[in-house]
Amino acid sequence: MYQYDDFDTAFLAERNAQFRAQVERRLDGSLTEDEFKPLRLMNGVYLQLHAYMLRVAIPYGTLSSDQMRALAHLARTYDKGYGHFTTRQNIQFNWPKLVDIPDMLDHLGTVGLHAIQTSGNTIRNVTADHFAGAAADEIADPRPVAELLRQWSTDHPEFQFLPRKFKIAVTGSPNDRAVTKAHDIGLRMTLRDGRPGFEVMVGGGLGRTPMIGKTIREFLPVADLLPYCEAIVSVYNRLGRRDNKYKARIKITVHETGLEEFSRLVEARFAELRPLFGGADQDVLARIEGMFADPAFRDGGAAPSGPPAFRSWVDTNTVAHKRADHAIVTVSLKAHGATPGDASADQMDLLADLADAHAYGELRISHEQNVILPHVPQDALPAVYDALRDAGLGTANVGLASDIIACPGMDYCALATARSIPVAQGLATRLDELKLEHEVGALKIKISGCINACGHHHVGHIGILGLDRAGVENYQITLGGDGTETAAIGERTGPGFAYDQVVPAVERIILAYLALRAGPQETFLDAYRRLGMAPFKAALYQTEEADAA
Amino acid sequence: MPRPFTPKVVTANLLREGDVVWLTADDRWTLDMAEAELIEDEAHAAVRLLDAHQPLVVVGEYLADATRGPGGPEPTHFRERFRTTGPTNRDHGKHAGQRPGPEA
Repeated sequence: MYQYDDFDTAFLAERNAQFRAQVERRLDGSLTEDEFKPLRLMNGVYLQLHAYMLRVAIPYGTLSSDQMRALAHLARTYDKGYGHFTTRQNIQFNWPKLVDIPDMLDHLGTVGLHAIQTSGNTIRNVTADHFAGAAADEIADPRPVAELLRQWSTDHPEFQFLPRKFKIAVTGSPNDRAVTKAHDIGLRMTLRDGRPGFEVMVGGGLGRTPMIGKTIREFLPVADLLPYCEAIVSVYNRLGRRDNKYKARIKITVHETGLEEFSRLVEARFAELRPLFGGADQDVLARIEGMFADPAFRDGGAAPSGPPAFRSWVDTNTVAHKRADHAIVTVSLKAHGATPGDASADQMDLLADLADAHAYGELRISHEQNVILPHVPQDALPAVYDALRDAGLGTANVGLASDIIACPGMDYCALATARSIPVAQGLATRLDELKLEHEVGALKIKISGCINACGHHHVGHIGILGLDRAGVENYQITLGGDGTETAAIGERTGPGFAYDQVVPAVERIILAYLALRAGPQETFLDAYRRLGMAPFKAALYQTEEADAA
Repeated sequence: MPRPFTPKVVTANLLREGDVVWLTADDRWTLDMAEAELIEDEAHAAVRLLDAHQPLVVVGEYLADATRGPGGPEPTHFRERFRTTGPTNRDHGKHAGQRPGPEA
């Protein structure tokens, strides 16, 4: 893992001291709220519906056990005993007092964490495949490049006041688990002549105007990555619309400019910038790569057997590690009826302890709001499962219908137009009652509480969008979305559903799938792509076509 | 035609703590919406919003729709209802124990 050097430590200490002074000046009236607001946002402090919220970046989703314990400490000391892991590999604390936040940031600084650029029109936390460094299908660990991008983008003087926020995601695997095609820049590692580089995609995004990213370079050598990204952001910074907040993201810039012309401008800017990068960035990258060496893997033994509940959990919540004697464990933060992404301080401490005992001290946070133990020896799986089960973290539902992404929605968020968490809770509870989700198989349900789409509903196999219709919560449903390498934006089914009707509505869709599929091997998404919207729509709205189907 | 004025309360968040608060008729900030002043006159509402601009005490003050209830002002929109009760997914908001619950 990346280790802060003296420069990083000093930078963070100085930045935290600046923010402490800014808070003091706000409290004594030296700064107005209008003056203070952009300063607090630059440090991840929002004012939400009920309280302040502190959003802490978890760079490319990687945490050490000590960092996880620091998050637990913040949850226990300054919050209400829990934190909320988000769809951007951040954690949000929902209840801090403004006067406490400087102390929280200082504590984060002791373990190399911060909240810088988790808000504002800047380059946000660089996200990555949550199985990075462990996945069997990986070309190479993408995190060194993500760290390089993080260092380049943090406090980058040219990019502190972009037209709008800017998100970069990177994956080292052909199987895209980082939703790279729904980011402002998506980077997908590929090989050419045996050497890794990146397919560069630009202009993806969800929100009000969802778009799938377009490939602007089929193959970019690693050495060109920073100047090329700088060229993209530089062109966007010049062309991006500042007259209309809703048309300010790069997806609109690319759409309005046209990919061909946008690409021409980027290449021209790249030609100017490339000679300025004399190799220092590659020296930094080499130093970073040294910090992401594999842990000293022990002999992990063979896959153990165990009782049915254990075997079910292994089947559902573990995937192949790059070493056959290890496994990647996804810890579900989606116990049926629980708030997706929430973890208590005690659970965070337990996860840190398990990481130390059985995963070489490493953890990951996924954009799907779960926690990953990336390197678990096969013979340690029973002990890990027992500990998780006893802490309420043993739910075997990863990748299934109740493994729902949900944004905070109107239970917390000032921007929300409807709730999303209780819908997820209700759905998961119902799915548990039906005992069908293992039979249903892979199904991604994603819920957003407003059009900004933090819950990624556009790329859910079943997407749910909560809106305010004349003072009443109403939920639109989309089908067929996909956030992987075969990315697609879901199609809206038709009229929305009232809060108390959305769970039965989704149940009808799932039951229709079971009736319509060619067999258990045909996933929901495959069935939808084969059959189209009509039979699902008929079942959803209970029209005659459903009876005939 | 301008929309007819509907009753309002003044609400904000405390600067230091972030708590949701409402302005009372005797110029206090209260954690209990039922104690808030229900404003039924548009001109008076504008004055009270000016009164509420207390930048060392609160942040983000605004007028929210409300109605007269048996125990005092009550919200008319679900967003404001959640602000009075705290999150519906957990019973530990600023108003823990008073919320209607997840099925609200």
